[in-house]
Amino acid sequence: MSVLLIRGGRLLDPARGLDRVGDLLVEGSRIRAIGTDLPAPDGARVVDATGKVVAPGFIDIHVHLRVPGQEYKEDMRTGTAAAVRGGFVGVVCMPNTRPVVDSAPLVSHLLDLASREGLCRVWPAGAITKGLRGEELAEIGEMWAAGACAITDDGRPVDRAETMRQAMIYARQFDLLVMDHCEDRSLSGSGCMHEGRVSSQLGLKGMVAAAEEVHVARDILLALETGARVHVQHVSSRRSVELVRWGKALGARVTAEATPHHFTLTDQAVADMDYSTSTKMNPPVREEADRQAILEGLADGTIDVIATDHAPHHVDEKDVEYPLAAFGITGLETAVGLALDRLVRPGVISLEQLILLMSTRPAQLINRTPPALAEGAEADITVLDLGRTWTVRAEEMASKSKNSPFIGWTLTGAPYATIVGGRLRMLEMKVIAE
Amino acid sequence: MPGLKRKDILGLREMTVEEIDLILNTAEALKDLATRPVKKVPTLRGKAIVTLFYENSTRTAKSFELAAKYLGADVIHVSAATSSVQKGETLKDTARNLEAMGVDAVVVRHSMGGAPHLLARSLRASVINAGDGIHEHPTQGLLDMLTIRQKKGGFKGLKVAIVGDSYHSRVARSNIYGLTKYGAEVWLAGPSTLLAQGFEEYGVRTTTRVEEALEGADVVNVLRLQLERQEKGLFPTVAEYHRFWGVTAERLRLAKPDVLLMHPGPMNRGVEIATAVADGPQSVITEQVTNGVAVRMALLYLLLGGGEAA
Repeated sequence: MSVLLIRGGRLLDPARGLDRVGDLLVEGSRIRAIGTDLPAPDGARVVDATGKVVAPGFIDIHVHLRVPGQEYKEDMRTGTAAAVRGGFVGVVCMPNTRPVVDSAPLVSHLLDLASREGLCRVWPAGAITKGLRGEELAEIGEMWAAGACAITDDGRPVDRAETMRQAMIYARQFDLLVMDHCEDRSLSGSGCMHEGRVSSQLGLKGMVAAAEEVHVARDILLALETGARVHVQHVSSRRSVELVRWGKALGARVTAEATPHHFTLTDQAVADMDYSTSTKMNPPVREEADRQAILEGLADGTIDVIATDHAPHHVDEKDVEYPLAAFGITGLETAVGLALDRLVRPGVISLEQLILLMSTRPAQLINRTPPALAEGAEADITVLDLGRTWTVRAEEMASKSKNSPFIGWTLTGAPYATIVGGRLRMLEMKVIAE
Repeated sequence: MPGLKRKDILGLREMTVEEIDLILNTAEALKDLATRPVKKVPTLRGKAIVTLFYENSTRTAKSFELAAKYLGADVIHVSAATSSVQKGETLKDTARNLEAMGVDAVVVRHSMGGAPHLLARSLRASVINAGDGIHEHPTQGLLDMLTIRQKKGGFKGLKVAIVGDSYHSRVARSNIYGLTKYGAEVWLAGPSTLLAQGFEEYGVRTTTRVEEALEGADVVNVLRLQLERQEKGLFPTVAEYHRFWGVTAERLRLAKPDVLLMHPGPMNRGVEIATAVADGPQSVITEQVTNGVAVRMALLYLLLGGGEAA
């Protein structure tokens, strides 16, 4: 049985009201003891966490592992390596794979593959509709029974409102979260960035913010109608945030996530980076007013979780004309750094809020026991180094793909260690695979 | 006067007034070459230029070709229809292969904004943007500016009305970026579905009433109406377009008597421009074409000849 002593860190678990400096002893997969000056048992590995923050493990509920079928972009090993390098103990993987995860055997396959090759926990999300075609419901109950933690057609919206309504009614009986990529495709058309001043000046076709907002409003109204739990993925616009706030006030069971790129960048990045396709994602980064609204939504609890929408793509799919490039950027290895640098350091949110946004609430949304710093709890732990200033480097990334607009950025605050089920999987941003 | 210290011509937005002055002065000096009995000079002898066109074009491609030939360069034309593009080759690979054959400059036209920027980053050869999607058409912008400068002596304080589908117009954007650097007052007029937005920081004013833009104008630049836009529901009929936004002789009387009437071609007579206007005394449309060759000669000379203003 492996033994790990995390010594001298600030133990911070806001959901339990824990905030003290101390030691944390992990035996096997569980936290055995929390105390002061705990002696290191024979053979224990000691992690010196002096000056660091020891938090319940971070969870990313929006990750494209690209398995099965697109292993040239990412695979189970590299995707979960990127996760633990970024400080995550678990990820929810999106079902827009080849084939689509729309049946129980595929969910089982992913869980099996993760248990053999994964470095962190993997919770598959199943599709809402067969083949993501937006027509017939997928085997939602079978997938739930096999371990699917949510349903989504992510990558594309459910176009027809009636299909979405039926999916919500059906998912509710399993208390499954319905996650939606909100986009009215008749409005977004062939756009490749946010429609606005910058798209006009760069001569690129835009996607209006209303393309997202129309579906956010629709989903909230359907959530009120059906009583289902609906989750707005990667919220990108000011009015979307306002709609979610309105929906919550009305009593809709609606939640929302924001990505680090949406709380960090605006459409100006496309101009500043001279058409770099690392700025191309869907929904696109929008204007400063939108970014500010997302910051407010994170601060006031309208936005429930931070998720990355980690979307690895091969260089061949990105090193082309901007409109031809694939949508999406990687995010697992920069999320914690950006959240600490852009949210916590300037005081937009507190460190306690960050832990709720990245650990406790994500687990609650997918009906999993939230990671906790408590004796007897599963040892899923993220250690943060708030003082470390580091530069994002492509060659250090564990992901198979390097399509990040943050390469070259210098950030203050980084994940320091990741412990998954009692195993040290990352230390000082180096992945430990054995 | 300093030389042109850049490898590529991607757009007028990032150019300085000094650079544009240099290009226009050089074009002015080279312009007479095209009207000489013997046109060819050996300035760019031994240089190889490719015009790589992913969109159909007659005027721009031939204008570049003649400009290159008048200066003694070798020029080949590659169009998407006959290239490896149909075999699935990427833009970068196509251009790298041309560079590997020793090309000194790539003149590229592409249906997508930013495509020349992608090329410029990956090639050592000079890249000249001959129109990228709805982004920029810098050589058209420069030839428009040369034409205006010849007739008006400068740009400051001129009211320039750009009429038509500015939303989809790279000509409009290059005109905006170039002219506003010199203090011209640029107006965009057209149907609300086809008006470019987002140029307030350049001082550009927009109106759906063409009369408001034409009132007291020194220059009227009429944009080509791309008739396929009608199928996409951006305007209902050609007749309705002409009724509200067509530049007619009657409307042109709102402009100053010595107004310059410009059009980047090819024209839809009777749609965005009335024939009486296109062929009228204020029209400088054919002079634009002549100036186009001069501007392109100037750019090739400045980029490949490495010289000061002639």
